[in-house]
Amino acid sequence: MRVWLPTVLLAALLGGLSVGMSVLEPLFAWVQPDTSRVIYERESFAFLLYNHLMLVVVSAVIGTIAAVAGGIFATRPAGRDFLPLVSQIASIGQTFPPVAVLALAVPVLGFGEAPILLALILYGLLPILRNTLAGLEGIDPAVREAALGMGMSPLQVLLRVELPLAGKVILAGIRTSVTINIATAAIGSTIGARTLGDPVIAGLVNGNTAYVLQGAILIGLLALTADSLFEALERNWDRHSGRVRPPVFR
Amino acid sequence: MIELKQVTRRFGNVVAVDAIDLTIETGEVCVLVGSSGCGKSTTLRMINRLLPHSAGDILVDGKSITTMNPQQLRLNMGYVIQGTGLFPHWTVARNIAMVPRLLKWPQARIDERVRELMTLLDLDPATHADKYPQQLSGGQAQRVGVARALAADPNILLMDEPFGALDAITRDNLQLEMLRIQQQVRKTTVFVTHDIDEALKLATRIAVMDRGRIVQHDTPENILRRPASEFVENLVGRQDRGLKLMSLRPVRELMTPHASPKRSDPGADALKEDDSVRLALSVMLWQDLKQLAVFNARGEETGVITRERIMQDGL
Repeated sequence: MRVWLPTVLLAALLGGLSVGMSVLEPLFAWVQPDTSRVIYERESFAFLLYNHLMLVVVSAVIGTIAAVAGGIFATRPAGRDFLPLVSQIASIGQTFPPVAVLALAVPVLGFGEAPILLALILYGLLPILRNTLAGLEGIDPAVREAALGMGMSPLQVLLRVELPLAGKVILAGIRTSVTINIATAAIGSTIGARTLGDPVIAGLVNGNTAYVLQGAILIGLLALTADSLFEALERNWDRHSGRVRPPVFR
Repeated sequence: MIELKQVTRRFGNVVAVDAIDLTIETGEVCVLVGSSGCGKSTTLRMINRLLPHSAGDILVDGKSITTMNPQQLRLNMGYVIQGTGLFPHWTVARNIAMVPRLLKWPQARIDERVRELMTLLDLDPATHADKYPQQLSGGQAQRVGVARALAADPNILLMDEPFGALDAITRDNLQLEMLRIQQQVRKTTVFVTHDIDEALKLATRIAVMDRGRIVQHDTPENILRRPASEFVENLVGRQDRGLKLMSLRPVRELMTPHASPKRSDPGADALKEDDSVRLALSVMLWQDLKQLAVFNARGEETGVITRERIMQDGL
């Protein structure tokens, strides 16, 4: 189980810091010597971490379902005509800055979690969709032909052959999307969503570098934890599908 | 039995297969041969409905394939293709077990069948069953492809240039293996190739295709002796025909048998009854001999073949 070790260590550090940030008080006092309060206390870090994580998880789940479904649809015989359209829509989602999405969404959805969720979903679609398409298109056509020709139904081909073979590439797309969105979610704090961006914004407004650092450290650690989790998942995928084995000399 | 009646396939305005009639008897190996783009692969892929036909009718054992569920139809047709199409995320054993699993056989029966087929295809189950396809050589992978196609004991075998990507020696071995397996299992086989020598070697009957039509459908011998058109004549090789005909004929037919088999010690290179007359002649020319002893499978000398006899009756 050595693949999981970095994830466990990073998660322990993240959890530890979010409940016991005050341990580092001398450090922050040195960074920001002129203020009496150097640890952000308006909200507990644990609550902000939880809220931040939930925003990312919910947007990732919705984004993954939408992107994988879109990718599957666009590679079926019936949906092939829509392939360019589907990739264009995802590209537009990526080129549209999240800040602009927030600005446009707040008047419609109000302040709080909803606009940032929308922005995260749109922003996270492209890497997943692009990897779903690449994974499915990258399968040797002979494999699909053999599967169909030997009597699998199109659904069986998808579930037993195509998705297992494309899975690792799709997983890599989700990894990129989640890592980006952990950073992007912080801007939700500007429109009233409770995230780890709160101390950063508060620090910027009050000229308190210590606050900014505390938010940034936790966001960074969260991103590293998530990334190492996906790293471990991808390795595990190899083991189960047997796709990367020690080469055999012929 | 497979019957194609006035079968046509169009891609847009292009006619790929043009109203062909073809009957493939039960247990025979029908080889479709022709240059690329002649419609041979298209014809094959229409039989298992990977491609729908534009007109005409295809009957399997008297039943039109359009009335059958395509999955059910294909489960009863082994399918072997050039790139093997093995599933890279499954082991060799799991690949071979694909169709039996789809048919929901009990696990014990599947395991036994996989072992049986690997032995038939000369793959040691102990060393190869748990390997993944990318750990196999090209020849081994294609053996697995053939085993997978035979797994659920289908009545029909469809093979689309299965040995096309292999080197000459491996191809030769697999062709011999295929002849041996075919003698054991007697599948109605449709085999597509562009290699006329492969066709002559494997076929019960050959259908020569050109520009979407069948120009001649006959036994290898008749194709060589009486080519129906200049195209067929060029395909089989005008000058080379004499030797090709000789390679169709086993030594057994021209040898002078002994009254009773003699015990003796055949060398490794000894001529066997099933070897071709062409091989016998070649050995005689090379070793400058007038006659050669012929041995049976048990290593007993059963007769002799003379150069004179080959020259007289070889064709």
